Amino acid sequence: MNTDLSALQLVLSADPALIAIVKLSLLVSLTAVLLAALIGVPLGALIALTRFPGREAVIVTLNALMGLPPVVAGLAVFLALSRSGPLGSWGLLFTPQAMVIAQAILVAPIIAALSRQTVEDLWVEYRDELAAMNVAAAARVMTLIWDARFSLVTALLAGFGRAAAEVGAIIIVGGNIDGFTRTMTTAIALETSKGDLPLAIGLGLVLIAIVILINALAWGARRAGERYAG
Amino acid sequence: MIARRTFAALLAFCAITAVVVPRTFAQDKSIVVASTTSTQDSGLFEYLLPLFKKKTGITVKVIAQGTGQALDTGRRGDADVVFVHAKAQEEKFLSEGQGVKRFPVMYNDFVLIGPNSDPAGIKGMKDVAKAFKVLHDKKQSFISRGDRSGTHSAELRLWKAAGIDIAKDHGPWYKAIGQGMGAALNTAQASNSYVLSDRGTWIHFKNKSDLQILVAGDRRMFNQYGVMLVNPAKHPNVKKELGQQFIDYLVSPKGQKDIANYTINGQQLFYPDASDPSA
Amino acid sequence: MRAPASDLPITLAEATVRVGDVALLDRISLVLAPGAPTVLVGPNGAGKTTLLRVAMGLLSPTHGRVTWDGREAVSATRRAIVLQRPTMLRRSAAGNVRYALRAAGAPRGEWERRTAELLRLVGLEAFSSRPARRLSGGEQQRLALARALARDPAVLFLDEPTASLDPAATKAIEDIVAAVAARGVKVVMSTHDLGQAKRVGSEIVLLHRGRAIESGTTEMFFAKPQTEEARKFIAGELLV
Repeated sequence: MNTDLSALQLVLSADPALIAIVKLSLLVSLTAVLLAALIGVPLGALIALTRFPGREAVIVTLNALMGLPPVVAGLAVFLALSRSGPLGSWGLLFTPQAMVIAQAILVAPIIAALSRQTVEDLWVEYRDELAAMNVAAAARVMTLIWDARFSLVTALLAGFGRAAAEVGAIIIVGGNIDGFTRTMTTAIALETSKGDLPLAIGLGLVLIAIVILINALAWGARRAGERYAG
Repeated sequence: MIARRTFAALLAFCAITAVVVPRTFAQDKSIVVASTTSTQDSGLFEYLLPLFKKKTGITVKVIAQGTGQALDTGRRGDADVVFVHAKAQEEKFLSEGQGVKRFPVMYNDFVLIGPNSDPAGIKGMKDVAKAFKVLHDKKQSFISRGDRSGTHSAELRLWKAAGIDIAKDHGPWYKAIGQGMGAALNTAQASNSYVLSDRGTWIHFKNKSDLQILVAGDRRMFNQYGVMLVNPAKHPNVKKELGQQFIDYLVSPKGQKDIANYTINGQQLFYPDASDPSA
Repeated sequence: MRAPASDLPITLAEATVRVGDVALLDRISLVLAPGAPTVLVGPNGAGKTTLLRVAMGLLSPTHGRVTWDGREAVSATRRAIVLQRPTMLRRSAAGNVRYALRAAGAPRGEWERRTAELLRLVGLEAFSSRPARRLSGGEQQRLALARALARDPAVLFLDEPTASLDPAATKAIEDIVAAVAARGVKVVMSTHDLGQAKRVGSEIVLLHRGRAIESGTTEMFFAKPQTEEARKFIAGELLV
């Protein structure tokens, strides 16, 4: 009872601190997904369309990396970005940018692996037709990515789901700094540790609601797009 | 061509994001302070930092970790100031040349927490070492931070004071969870266990349920906080002027008064003692 | 009215395609010259599709050679093919044609006009914004034709373009093919429908087990078949 009430109050009151946290969470996760997509989609398409020695090993590795523990990714980014690490001079540790990097590393394999599958399936369908139309190799990749775009949305959503839900990596590289690197998930971790379980649950409900909303929007966009493009 | 245009738009969007995002986050005057979960979980920073910012315009970014981890963050040069509570570890940090100078700031005290039913029967004991001996002898479920934090160090000191070598002499009743103070309290609450906590976190903790303070007030349970500037000679990126301003504020009469004024439900959480050179 | 057919004649010399022990095409020598349509007939598995792909340049013969107007390895700028089961791209009908125009290197300024023209030619102007994958089988086949014609081909290969269509849809395709041929495009079409072969073809090539058994004008082929296989095929008795 108590829990439901305070969660509801939190949402209804539109507390500025809460809004800032939500905004930062979305900004970090969406930027990470975008970054990961820029790497993952072309990489997946490239692996789908090329044959080279060790290709199977690359695919297996990519699939395995989908399960990369966030803490491990976080620790690797932490060690790299620490002042004593190789990229320490960038001064990025404990910043939102560091969180974007860590999440992009977690999300890129998911997007790459799912993109590879999607593009490869479409490639089987399109191969002869594109050859018959004498389409150049680079244009083929673009065509496949474009025509698979509605299926690729699913890959991006899977990536976003992982980014939005994860706490292990960003709490290490972001430091959970109040008003600066505190996101929904790290705030939930903090409130839990402070024993404020109703607030933690409230934040959790807000997070779930946002994830559902984004999925619904993407779903709607996908349906509309499919009606248009078949 | 549609595809190419969309792709170009996407690239442009990314470029804009790459430029805008860091700007959004950029804060010109800021320092990173590695501190302990107890200062954060007790709510002290939420109260103190706005006061400091109002005075100096400096944003303080707090990384809340266990004392040992916080000192390591300083050792790597990832923080400008460390603000922790384990004197022996702090002195080691100084002797390594990692810190410039240690300033005592304030103290609070540790409290021994347990279930209302108190199966060990230690409630009200004045001698904390005796209470620990009873917990050990009766094999009472005990939650240890186990994370090299200040609180963990204090707990180990108290076992030693009770004449117990806890590293060797413990059974399944002794559970080291390797997490922060709040997590340790949550675990104790959920498992009817005893746990040592700093008073600040305890007062601020919302999930008390049937936990309560059983032993407190023994001098050996005092919990001294110290603050140090990370050595700029070792880590050139340390913002020494801004960091020193924060330290100066904490030990200044104004800062000391602000600390004393922080209360929850009328209870004072921290006692300033910057004027006591032995602290 | 159109530029000289730079890719014609297409000459196959002992062209052979082997996959393992099986010869899909077996030493085929054939000249596809400019002029009236050539029809490839033969039972399923005779090698019609393989021959069309080799002549289009999609498939290289494992032995023998193919030349287009005397040259090997010519990029297929003036050739087009409608595959047996054409794949519609996930775009509108007009989007499919535009895509083909772009792939063929047509100047951007002409896309809209030529797309409209081509859709009108195949009778799909009313469906231009319809998703191509939602069109019926016959409409998809016609859209595939429009896509092929977007290449402004000198030679158009059609692989059983009416195989699964009803009579009305078949007639629509045949009418378009006739119109295209009348404009000077060399049509090379495979079919197993003898009536269609008679209606469309002026020259017929009978394939059987990867070999060209008999070729000649349509009248001669049907009136005086020279080989046992041709007689059986016309009687509907030739099996793989």
